[in-house]
Amino acid sequence: MIRRLFVANRGEIALRVIRTARRLGMTTILGVSEADRASLPALQADEVAVIGPAPSAASYLSVERVVAAAVESQADAVHPGYGFLSENAGFARALSAAGIALVGPDVASLEAMGDKLRARAVGVAAGLPVVPGGEAADKAAARTRAEETGYPLLIKAVAGGGGRGMKRVDAPGELDGAIDVAMAEAQAAFGDARVYVERFIGRGRHVEVQVLGDGTRAIHLGTRDCSIQRRFQKLVEEAPAPGIPPDRLHALQASAVRLAEHLGYRGAGTVEYLVDADTFDFFFLEMNARIQVEHPVTEAVTGIDLVEQQLLVADGQPLGLRQDEIRLAGHAIEVRINAEDADADFRPSPGTVTRAAWPAGPGIRVDTHVGNGGKVPPFYDSLIGKLIVRGDDRPAAVARLAAALDTMAIEGVHTTQGLHRRIAADPRFITGGVDTRFFGGLAHG
Amino acid sequence: MSADLPLSPDDVAEIVALLDGGAYDRLDIATTRFRLRVARAAGEGGGWTQEWDWQAADAPPTPVAVDAATAPVDEGEGAAVRAPLPGTFYRAPQPGAPPFVEVGDRVGPDTVVGIVETMKLMNPVHAGTSGTVAAIVVGNAAQVDADAVLLRVTP
Repeated sequence: MIRRLFVANRGEIALRVIRTARRLGMTTILGVSEADRASLPALQADEVAVIGPAPSAASYLSVERVVAAAVESQADAVHPGYGFLSENAGFARALSAAGIALVGPDVASLEAMGDKLRARAVGVAAGLPVVPGGEAADKAAARTRAEETGYPLLIKAVAGGGGRGMKRVDAPGELDGAIDVAMAEAQAAFGDARVYVERFIGRGRHVEVQVLGDGTRAIHLGTRDCSIQRRFQKLVEEAPAPGIPPDRLHALQASAVRLAEHLGYRGAGTVEYLVDADTFDFFFLEMNARIQVEHPVTEAVTGIDLVEQQLLVADGQPLGLRQDEIRLAGHAIEVRINAEDADADFRPSPGTVTRAAWPAGPGIRVDTHVGNGGKVPPFYDSLIGKLIVRGDDRPAAVARLAAALDTMAIEGVHTTQGLHRRIAADPRFITGGVDTRFFGGLAHG
Repeated sequence: MSADLPLSPDDVAEIVALLDGGAYDRLDIATTRFRLRVARAAGEGGGWTQEWDWQAADAPPTPVAVDAATAPVDEGEGAAVRAPLPGTFYRAPQPGAPPFVEVGDRVGPDTVVGIVETMKLMNPVHAGTSGTVAAIVVGNAAQVDADAVLLRVTP
């Protein structure tokens, strides 16, 4: 029975976890750094434990200090939020040794999904499709690989990176010449002629499936689309992923459940895919074994509190939900409001938020730890709030997003509000189903 | 404190739904712990905003103190090289590596003399002027405010 819950995080997710834990009657203890002692989550938690100085390495990222604080505060369980120690297998082991439950999956699941290559191998073992490809030491091997991957394909130098030595091949007739050139370039540039042959996905979308498991059984809560990214950082997320044909959608979701059951997964997790925007072929990338920043869009369309589900499973209870009870209603979109100057190459903008007038109203949810006079310290990431809107369908959600962004007024720091207004007005976004190149094609300024 | 549980996002949405049908333009709720102002936004969009003011915790807030050693002292010879952003100042590209510059080194405007880490991003600090490093004012891994003097360069 979880009576005392230690929250090992900060910012909006700490506040989010505290809200549900208190509704469930738990006493919350928040571990804070010196810089966060007067933060809103610290004000809201029942108890506060200072774990270390401001820099995360000595506080939120210190396994030793966080575990010691959890022990000291006699916590039954620790909720790690996202980031920081949330997917750290060593942290999970240390908590287990201290007799404290982790609100998260078993150590084995954390390790299986610990790096992308390992995750790919586990995905293959669970029968999930992965981006077809593999290494080729010579021309004959490359031809064999090409038959497996199909066209168009990409030849990359095994030793390379950053796009060097990459060749796109559209038809079998071009293959031999391209391999010769790629191998020669790879040899010249890296002293290693080996190449990697992989299916080329020209227009890829980032689609993920929310799963819940209790170690025996798993269900899914539908998809999220997070294709709008800048330098692999998500900016906008929505649920469900728009415009995916029903048969593909069902296969995608079923494969996520298959992976969760293969792992004997416990708690909330997210299975990430690369989806071909033209063919809707999907390929497993990795699994995030924790709550995600963008979980509220799934909550908005399912009506399910994901943090509550995490806490129930961590408490040893079997999943109380069946797949046929999950109904998706409407469409939800989240935008991340970061303290960054989008007009100055996203330069960080820490400081004091002199005024924080967040949008409000039906179909609007704001998850934030920043009110009037709130501080944005320079030590941590730049997320100051998430605006989540829900509509009966996607056009209604997009309209509500645009209106909400128009009313919002954050003063004292630069934010990504203006960028999101441009995104909400972009015809490609309004149509829906954009690929990961969207941000690059956005009109700036 | 449980007697004064803050309103959930759903509560705020319900408040707005009630107000939206009526003639009122704002609602102001104050408790011992917070003040919430819900107001009809200016303009034609018909939207609403929520503004929260929180009472400080009982414990006095611990400001991220800038100790004497890192205060932006602006005295001494030569041009001051300042922090472009608040954050953590690093003299070397990574732990154990030699510092970017030492006292006595010649620098040009584009010479990187350090890094300020702000919100997980590494921001290079350029000398901004030509000359010789006369003094390194701030120690490695020190917290600095924006515009704090990091080092001095004499022509």
